[in-house]
Amino acid sequence: MRIIVCLKVVPRPEEVRVDLEKKVLERSGVRSVINPSDLNALETALALRDLHGGRVTVLSMGPPNFEPYLRVALAVGADEAVLLSDRSFGGADTLATSYTLAEGVRSLGGADMVVCGDESSDGGTSQVPQGVAEWLGYAQATYVDRLEVPSSGTLRARRVLEDGTETVDLPLPAVVSVLGGANDVRFIDYSRWSMAELATIRVIDAATLGADPNAIGLKGSPTVVAGLREVRKPGRRREVVTLPPDAAAERVAEELRRLGLSHLEGPTGGGPARRPS
Amino acid sequence: MSGSESVWVYAERRGNLFRPVSLEILGKARAVADSLGGELVAITAGAGDAPARELGRYGADRVIAIEDPLLRRYDTLAYTRLLETEMRSGNPSVLLLGATRDGQDLAGRLAVRLRTGLTAHVTALEVDGEHRLVGWVPGFGGGIEAGIVCPERRPAIVTVRPGVFPLPEPGAARGDVRVVRPALDETAFGTHRVEFEPKGFGVDLTRSEVLVVGGRGTGGDFARVQRLAHCLGGEVGATRVATDAGWIEREHLVGQTGVVTHPKVVVVLGASGAVQFTVGIEKAGFVIAVNRDPDAPIFESADLGIVGDLGPIVDRLVKDLGEA
Repeated sequence: MRIIVCLKVVPRPEEVRVDLEKKVLERSGVRSVINPSDLNALETALALRDLHGGRVTVLSMGPPNFEPYLRVALAVGADEAVLLSDRSFGGADTLATSYTLAEGVRSLGGADMVVCGDESSDGGTSQVPQGVAEWLGYAQATYVDRLEVPSSGTLRARRVLEDGTETVDLPLPAVVSVLGGANDVRFIDYSRWSMAELATIRVIDAATLGADPNAIGLKGSPTVVAGLREVRKPGRRREVVTLPPDAAAERVAEELRRLGLSHLEGPTGGGPARRPS
Repeated sequence: MSGSESVWVYAERRGNLFRPVSLEILGKARAVADSLGGELVAITAGAGDAPARELGRYGADRVIAIEDPLLRRYDTLAYTRLLETEMRSGNPSVLLLGATRDGQDLAGRLAVRLRTGLTAHVTALEVDGEHRLVGWVPGFGGGIEAGIVCPERRPAIVTVRPGVFPLPEPGAARGDVRVVRPALDETAFGTHRVEFEPKGFGVDLTRSEVLVVGGRGTGGDFARVQRLAHCLGGEVGATRVATDAGWIEREHLVGQTGVVTHPKVVVVLGASGAVQFTVGIEKAGFVIAVNRDPDAPIFESADLGIVGDLGPIVDRLVKDLGEA
């Protein structure tokens, strides 16, 4: 089975600062990580390969300095890594990103399965896997926490919805988005580390990819940032106190009682806690 | 053909009931349609057309009800095809959907099918001076949000999180209902449902009066978060870090990629306070935050901030409140 895992490298959100004068993000010096749910996607793919055989390719779009993260994916267990990298890919929204990734899948000869994380922790649109599926004309199953191949050519996916879980069968080829936290991601296999460090990562630029220049990057992105503004935060009291645990607990309890959670009595009286009506 | 500035809302159904987020969006979309000077159209799909008239009571000028017994369950390819057909003939300027799991599954596929732009998870909608719909999306930690427009293609597709807009009061029934009967067979469906396991009453954090939210600082101990929530008669919420780590199910996620909540009180335990999270609690009446780091940004979004270790504080609180 040929499985392609789409993998995004994202800045650690807690390290990104905003220059409020210029209204731009300051990303310099910010450390990055592999997007968390993409690791769950990778684990899903590796587990299927281990069971059914085949090959797992990680595919990413981004600048050349993403390469070390792809090597991590190789050390975890992926068989090969491909990076779509070109300045003209920059500034892509979900339409252009999903197009470029789909072209990447095509350039690899297609796949039985494309596995993605369900959403990225920076952009967070949660729409790219569905877009990749549409560009490729593949079936799709999103927000999946369990994936099996019950028979050749068929995928069985359990989708986690708000009101229950839906198990569906769908034909291959298919795109699957895997929920963050769906599985325990295996650790880096250090016996693979030197291989991963020396491995050749195929870097494909726009010309080699043969993508439609009007469908990639900023040009291929119909959405535009019209403005940036400070988030209007509601006026909060912003009282900050440092107290030992017992005093802190008493302070919080006092505040809760003041707020009219009337079922909360003091430590010496009152009935059992009940839900407010 | 409909007016060039028409605003469409996809009303997602579960059986004969509409998802609350769809009705929330309809209420807001009424104002958007009025600003744009276009009509408001609600489009829905399901088995049976009986509930469709209900949408007129929430502000729709016109309702399109796609009806087929096979549409009793959602399927990406079938629903995308049906919506695509209606979009191409109606040519609306805007399509709004609730950012539910199925809503997002559909929005992402449909946007590419129509080769148009999609703005996901907006927390505010405005019409600007150029008569464009601007969807506001929070950005990285520093408290900035981006206004996204889709100026050249249509429809501009926008998804909205549950709880962002208030549920409107239903008015008198109005609006014309057009029933579309597509005569489907199984070949229109991309998936075959093997099983559906209902969860019973799922958590609905958007309706909860009291919320206790756990973040990275809980170290995964959600039992403790749960104990406090139980004591307070509230629900458990979580930050992205906690759900990504698998400490608790994703349905408990609060914030830009989860739900926007409106509790009277929220107690935030061990969350740093990234804006993607704080947008989910900014409509709370009162925010109490506990964090070990005195410089944690969460204190900027709190009415009362406690600097300290959450473990002993919560345990003491539970003891005082629960064991009386």
